[in-house]
Amino acid sequence: MFKSLTSQLQTMWTILQHTFTKAETVQYPEEMPYLAPRYRGRIVLTNDPDGDERCVACNLCAVACPVDCIALQQGVRDDGRWYPQFFRINFSRCIMCGMCEEACPTNAIQLTPDFEMCEYDRQSMVYEKEHLQIKGTGKYHDYNFYRVAGLAIAGKDKGEAQNESKPIDIKDLLQ
Amino acid sequence: MPIIQIDGQEHEVDTGQNILQACLSLGLDLPYFCWHPSMGSVGACRQCAVVQYQHAEDEHGRIVMACMTPVTEGALFSLTGDKAQRFREGIVEALMLNHPHDCPVCAEGGECHLQDMTVMVGHRDRKYRGKKNTHHNQYLGPLIHHEMNRCITCYRCTRYYNDYAGGTDLAAMAAHDHIYFGRHEEGVLESEFAGNLVEVCPTGVFTDKPLVHEYTRKWDLQSAPSICTSCAVGCNTSPGERYGKLKRIHNRFNADVNGYFLCDRGRFGANFVNSVNNLNYPGSRTEDGRFNALDQQQALLKMAEACDTNNIAGIGSPRASVEANYLLRTLVGADNFAPGFSDVEQPLVELALTIQQSSSAMIADIKNIESADAILILGEDVTNTAPRIALALRQSVRNKAYELAADLGLESWQDSAIRTLAQNQRSPLFIATVGDSRLDDVAEERFNLAPDDIARLGFAVAANIAGEANLGSDDELQQKAKNIAKALKNAKRPLIISGTSCGNSALMESAAQVTQALCNADKQPLPLLSMIVAEANSLGQAMLISDNAVSLSDLTARACAGALETLVVLENDLYRRGKEKDINELLENITNVIVIDGLDNRTLSASSLALPAANFAESEGTLVSMEGRAQRHYPVYLPNAQRRASWHWLLACLKQMGRDEVTEIECFDDITQACATQNSSLSGITTAAPNHQFRNIGVKIPRQTHRYSGRTAMRADISVHEPKQPVDKETPLAFSMEGLNRSQPGSLLPFVWAPGWNSNQSLHKFQSEVGGQLKLKGGTAGTRLLQATDNSNNIALFESPAAFKALKGQWQMVPRHKIYGSDELSVHSPAIAKLVRPAFVEINASDAKKLGVNDGDGVDLNDNKGDKLTTLEVSINDSIATGCVGYSVGFIATENLLAGESLVLSKAENWSPSESQQAVSSGVSDV
Repeated sequence: MFKSLTSQLQTMWTILQHTFTKAETVQYPEEMPYLAPRYRGRIVLTNDPDGDERCVACNLCAVACPVDCIALQQGVRDDGRWYPQFFRINFSRCIMCGMCEEACPTNAIQLTPDFEMCEYDRQSMVYEKEHLQIKGTGKYHDYNFYRVAGLAIAGKDKGEAQNESKPIDIKDLLQ
Repeated sequence: MPIIQIDGQEHEVDTGQNILQACLSLGLDLPYFCWHPSMGSVGACRQCAVVQYQHAEDEHGRIVMACMTPVTEGALFSLTGDKAQRFREGIVEALMLNHPHDCPVCAEGGECHLQDMTVMVGHRDRKYRGKKNTHHNQYLGPLIHHEMNRCITCYRCTRYYNDYAGGTDLAAMAAHDHIYFGRHEEGVLESEFAGNLVEVCPTGVFTDKPLVHEYTRKWDLQSAPSICTSCAVGCNTSPGERYGKLKRIHNRFNADVNGYFLCDRGRFGANFVNSVNNLNYPGSRTEDGRFNALDQQQALLKMAEACDTNNIAGIGSPRASVEANYLLRTLVGADNFAPGFSDVEQPLVELALTIQQSSSAMIADIKNIESADAILILGEDVTNTAPRIALALRQSVRNKAYELAADLGLESWQDSAIRTLAQNQRSPLFIATVGDSRLDDVAEERFNLAPDDIARLGFAVAANIAGEANLGSDDELQQKAKNIAKALKNAKRPLIISGTSCGNSALMESAAQVTQALCNADKQPLPLLSMIVAEANSLGQAMLISDNAVSLSDLTARACAGALETLVVLENDLYRRGKEKDINELLENITNVIVIDGLDNRTLSASSLALPAANFAESEGTLVSMEGRAQRHYPVYLPNAQRRASWHWLLACLKQMGRDEVTEIECFDDITQACATQNSSLSGITTAAPNHQFRNIGVKIPRQTHRYSGRTAMRADISVHEPKQPVDKETPLAFSMEGLNRSQPGSLLPFVWAPGWNSNQSLHKFQSEVGGQLKLKGGTAGTRLLQATDNSNNIALFESPAAFKALKGQWQMVPRHKIYGSDELSVHSPAIAKLVRPAFVEINASDAKKLGVNDGDGVDLNDNKGDKLTTLEVSINDSIATGCVGYSVGFIATENLLAGESLVLSKAENWSPSESQQAVSSGVSDV
């Protein structure tokens, strides 16, 4: 009897203390909450530091997506780079889990702190490549997949990627 | 069967296997690279290392390569032994030293054997900090993409390309870590089987070029079991689709037919289904000659109305399914149904069927062909008329080598040892054709003769085998025949190949005669016979019709007499089946020409009502291959727009007309059943595949992989509201990822995948190897409709034709088929179109001199009345018999030429290859 009474009083005291602490909630939307750069919100496609699109249409984001809301089609540009002919995210299905970002081998797909994506029409939640692509590099500033990859593209021939030696001349016995 | 112990477990394994084969057939995961089930072992990659112990007390054991170690009774092995595991991981690490950081932009990614093996051995972190070797790539033609940096030097490519497929222009060059697999210089790979490099290469050095440019990962492809429609061999394929487009064709294993390999026409020639010239909507011709689009119901009513007459005829097609042809025959009546062959071809295909039905020889499938140890080819240029057979023949000439190896006690998988042992000793292959062929390099002897002379050679061989006296032929021919007869008689399993491509019936009869003579010699196992026909369902079509079916010229005569009001043409471009003026005459004299076809062509353009037919990848159907194997193909995806399967249009029309024959027919399987019931030769087609009620342990078989991505986004641009997955009522397959893709019958295998095995090497999880016979666990796909019969008394004896005599001033036209160009549909595939040479005539140098023409000149071909048929470029080829002119078959420029007719040739003045000469096929797209 005494034990339970103490417990009740203790609880009341703890709750009373909260009256004097700072509120965790904010008056959204008048007041905007702080969201860290790594917050998982609206998805963007980024450019590499040289200003060209990072996405190589490898399809890993699409296959990693647990709700299958990413669809794309690869194409090859004249300069030899792989790129998505279309890239579509159905945000009405997206659960902002960030698995696509984790899967992305080129840092192209990134989640941003923006979460304000309400629409009256569900169809407007379908984002195409032009809605997703941003000009900047997002959170990762320096990585450029093609500087590392062995695929030759215009301006970077075989043997010119990081950690690559000059192409072998197979007719030369003295190498 | 020996019992071996692996990691303490006893296993019973097959005699004559190596440990790697044994482990894989037991379902154990053992990494490997260079071993391939049909190419044997060389022990090059060192990946399949296992520990072998001397005896039970041996604690250390030693590392051996599983692929090079034969199974022996009581042998002790360990796969999981620490030593072996570390060794295997080290090997992958070494192979990965120079491997580029390419996986996201590599067309092999997701179905890469190297990826699978790397994960399997547990190699994760790269320790090497040095620089990677790099190589320049080569241009290898429009079919194969080369990316040499990715190579792990397993040597599978050259072993396949040179040793297995007989190619000469791909080699390993340079030494040590500079090794390079490519051609001596950039250029198109010469072999017709180069496409298999895509599947043979364990990583992404050789990839499918048309696919690379609009790539989809394996896990995103929707697949269904299908049959190649490019020729009559009936190779099993697994086409992959994404976003309504066919992306690629992969091989689907069938132990009796194509095994592990396809030809390039089959692999790359199916892209015609994506053509912009596809017919997507029904249309009816208006007064001004233009087509008005109709909806399905309107079109159907129009069709039913036009068909409601007694003056109706139908033309079927040897490239359409048995079921569609059967329904058309039902619609128009058996007396009014032409099978759709040309007038020359129709009796030949019927003859091919009669010969095979009555022969007491075994009708050869590819597995049998590979077991033959003496071969006689009469008239067929196999590489160009039934390409996959040519690859099989390259294996059968190696039976001599296997024989020598068996004498020494070598196992058949000891690839390198056997090749060294045999050197150039081969089983005899005799080729008698009208000109040179791609198999000449492995032939014991080749004879380039006029078709009638080939037939005479055949008859002389038959007479020789039967021990009959000289037939009055010339001595030279007799001597040749004697040699061939001797080789065939001495062989354990002789094989005779002939076919319809020369347009000569005597030649086929002579093949029947030779086979019969061999059968009469009481050979066991039975001698083999193979009759090559032209198209995917040519033989099925011959089985469907009665002996004296109407031909195209019969229909033309009826039309001209005004006795035809309606003509229904099923998936057939008639302009490829006869001379232009005859076809025009036929079509112009009929009021209602209803054409059901998928790809725009001239017959379609001449129709009054055009109905869009689904192609092979959009529809189901049974096709009967040249060996009489009934096989089912299934829709890979739903037909685009208003296209429907031909059987669907015909059934709907019959129902609309209220015809009694179809009241019982509700689904596709009912048509197959009705066709089988009414036609005794086709009675086996119902067993070609399980019916639509089949369930695999209670569930359907998925067309999509379990990782199929983008399902809630791929249609979201059209509508964000996702439709239900389409229900497939006609087949046991589902248009979804739900179901079970395991342990089903072989005819229902849409794709291969197993946990840890994402590449096509996962096939071994679907195979069982019992008694040395590698088969799919669910059984081999298809049903043989032709069995060897012991009715030698029924065989008609044929007469040898008279010797061919060149007529003065006239040349006999002999067909020269081309793997790229002669086939109707594959030329609409952009990659294949790039390989098609313009039409030409071939003539030998002395005849060319008589005509006064040189290589590259033009020559006019005139008929006896002096009418000019066409003008073609001359190509000098000394292998063509004197008095004969070879012409490329299946091209617009040669469509007015008939096999076997004699024409007057003269040099064309002021000739230069015109635009129309460049046009590759008789398709509309090129006009």
